[in-house]
Amino acid sequence: MRVVVQTERFDPGAELNRFSEGLKASGATVSFTGITRDVIGELQAMEIECYPGMTEKALKQIATDAMTRWSLEDALIIHRHGRLKAQEEIMMVATAARHRVAAFDAAQFLMDYLKSRAPFWKKEVTREGASWVDAKDIDEDALTRWQD
Amino acid sequence: MIDVLYFAWVRERIGVPKEAVDTKASTVMELVEELRSREERYALAFSDLNSMRVAVDQDLTDFDAPLSGAREVAFFPPMTGG
Repeated sequence: MRVVVQTERFDPGAELNRFSEGLKASGATVSFTGITRDVIGELQAMEIECYPGMTEKALKQIATDAMTRWSLEDALIIHRHGRLKAQEEIMMVATAARHRVAAFDAAQFLMDYLKSRAPFWKKEVTREGASWVDAKDIDEDALTRWQD
Repeated sequence: MIDVLYFAWVRERIGVPKEAVDTKASTVMELVEELRSREERYALAFSDLNSMRVAVDQDLTDFDAPLSGAREVAFFPPMTGG
């Protein structure tokens, strides 16, 4: 299991290859990469704030929960903070399991939890100014499907 | 003394990322009330607790959580990671 919080860019393809190379008993890997989206074509930067210490701790807990619940062979979370440009990679998750359903579900679980339980805050910077991105109810609601 | 940390718009409204607070508050809510009564900027930042989250010693918790032995309390808006 690997959890990384960093400001630097990363290569999602290279990271997935590295993740896959270490595997011994998995029949499936799933990966997801989040990208800074420029919805209105005016995004100058996306500033991501984190809570040093708690952010790593929360991500490790989420990854550990996924490892246990789906008996994963391995899990990876990389999340950036600092000032990002449009169309840059923000974060990625990868999961490895014996079968694809577990790998897909665990990746969805990681995404759902880190969206509203990992301490990151996004701010969109445009020519008109900067504004904090509001949390969405739909992201909070997404957690309920894992609470059974 | 408790270290109180603020993030995102909470930090911007209060004007500092971190401060040491001399308090006898026994719960998060008591600490919030103390801060609110200090200055207008705190009252403003803590005007709607529904749009705020709190962590005690880096664990997400509720506003009625106890503060006994706590070293660090953080206030911030709902998270927007991913």
